[in-house]
Amino acid sequence: MGNINWFKYSSPQTFYPLAGKMVPWFVAAAVVLAAVGLYISFFVAPTDATQGEVYRVIFIHVGAAWMSMFIYVVMAFWSAIGLSFNARLSSMMASALAPTGALMTFIALWTGALWGKPTWGTWWVWDARLTSELILLFLYIGFLSLQAAIDDPRRADKAGAVIALVGVVNVPIIYFSVQWWSTLHQGASVSMAANQHMAVTMLWGMLVMALAFWMYCIAAALMRVGSIILEREYNADWVRTLPELQA
Amino acid sequence: MNWDGWSAFWDMGGRAFYVWGAYGVAAVCIVLEIMALKLRRRQARRDLKRRIIAEKP
Amino acid sequence: MNSTLTAFRDVIARDLLLAMRRKADVLTTLFFFVIAVSLFPLGIGPETSLLRKIAPGIVWVAAMLAAMLSLGRMFADDYRDGTLEQLLLAPQPLGLLVGAKIVAHWLLSGLPLVLIAPLLGLQFGLDRDALLVLIASLLLGTPVLSLIGAIGAALTLGVRGGGVLVSLLVLPLFIPVLIFGAGAVEASVTGLGPAAHLSLLGAMLLVALFFAPWATALALRIAVE
Repeated sequence: MGNINWFKYSSPQTFYPLAGKMVPWFVAAAVVLAAVGLYISFFVAPTDATQGEVYRVIFIHVGAAWMSMFIYVVMAFWSAIGLSFNARLSSMMASALAPTGALMTFIALWTGALWGKPTWGTWWVWDARLTSELILLFLYIGFLSLQAAIDDPRRADKAGAVIALVGVVNVPIIYFSVQWWSTLHQGASVSMAANQHMAVTMLWGMLVMALAFWMYCIAAALMRVGSIILEREYNADWVRTLPELQA
Repeated sequence: MNWDGWSAFWDMGGRAFYVWGAYGVAAVCIVLEIMALKLRRRQARRDLKRRIIAEKP
Repeated sequence: MNSTLTAFRDVIARDLLLAMRRKADVLTTLFFFVIAVSLFPLGIGPETSLLRKIAPGIVWVAAMLAAMLSLGRMFADDYRDGTLEQLLLAPQPLGLLVGAKIVAHWLLSGLPLVLIAPLLGLQFGLDRDALLVLIASLLLGTPVLSLIGAIGAALTLGVRGGGVLVSLLVLPLFIPVLIFGAGAVEASVTGLGPAAHLSLLGAMLLVALFFAPWATALALRIAVE
């Protein structure tokens, strides 16, 4: 236990080949899980008593929503590590996660709207969950815009870290206020999944698709962080001597 | 099996627009992200190759 | 200890003095607030009962936007003329000096909004009790806007696209304040009583008072180093 070097992969140089090797595995896992999940979603889970077939949208809506929230927290975590230990790779990882997290948030919102229209009659429902999800998208956009606007990569890393951490601390406060606002106005206090007795197969479908999304997001983030490493470490010898670059 | 044939499947109980609109856009987003990731990697490699050549003694 | 309080007071005094020399900056924030609020009846229609209903939300959103527009001024001038570097090098805790700048910002950009809001509320047909709650909610909420806004202003110091960028960063974080600020007035109008909303605003103010100056100081060091 004491002889393991926990920091072996904390430098871009050692992490880059590792990331490269991991991507295909996560892609494979995502594909397999998605295939199984989609099969369950369409061919095993039964027609819903009240919502008919349209409820099947939840199989991607829930997975995307969970990932959007999970990624934000992980992004904030790596930001904190990058900021506290001045660790470049951790900050790169946070930057790599953000676009995928934003995409998941968008998918959650889009699928939520397409579920809402046939179910409750309007394209957008100002219920607590969807509204919080929208605010989460704003937080992602803020992070991405800030990093895009700052030229110096280390300043961008650290500034992004501050906004990510301020954001993550605020997320519970935002969620609580939006809940309060939503119940007070008694507008759409619709609960996306909980108001009906869920068939077990429906839960399985959601779970497997959520895992598929998770594997995909890890693969995407690893792929992106590899590009970030190449972009930023251009001066390093180990980059110059990479076999894939020898022309 | 849930469906009385493929046409029933595509029809999704009359809600084809919503179900396939949701799944379709999600799929398109993911495909676009994958394409963007590949493009970014290719661009990074190209830039590095150019640097290496430019700085050869 | 004495020098710390003196420094605190001096930073506020300097900012206020500089602002007095350029009154236009302060007044434009106020005018924006008034104009923005007036746009809504023009866009929506003058029907009194509707206006009375939407007044708290409108006044609050306009206050948020006005506060946000004024954030650029918080650190930019000092950054440009080198005063900011002096502050960073000063022996007093940076968080405290930053707190002083935030106090000055609120006195110049927040307090005027609080004072003018009742007049705007009257234009929307709010009654006396609602106006009192509006003032109270803005009194508690606008400092939070200055506190959170300071973090955004510090992070975007010298960055291109600064003004709009600060909005993107800071507006989502303002949302809880908006919900409880406007909610307080609504609660008083509907008879529920504003106590809960105002208490939550107060709690947010306390949290922001402890958290924001420190986060802003960190952001300033990142921006300047």
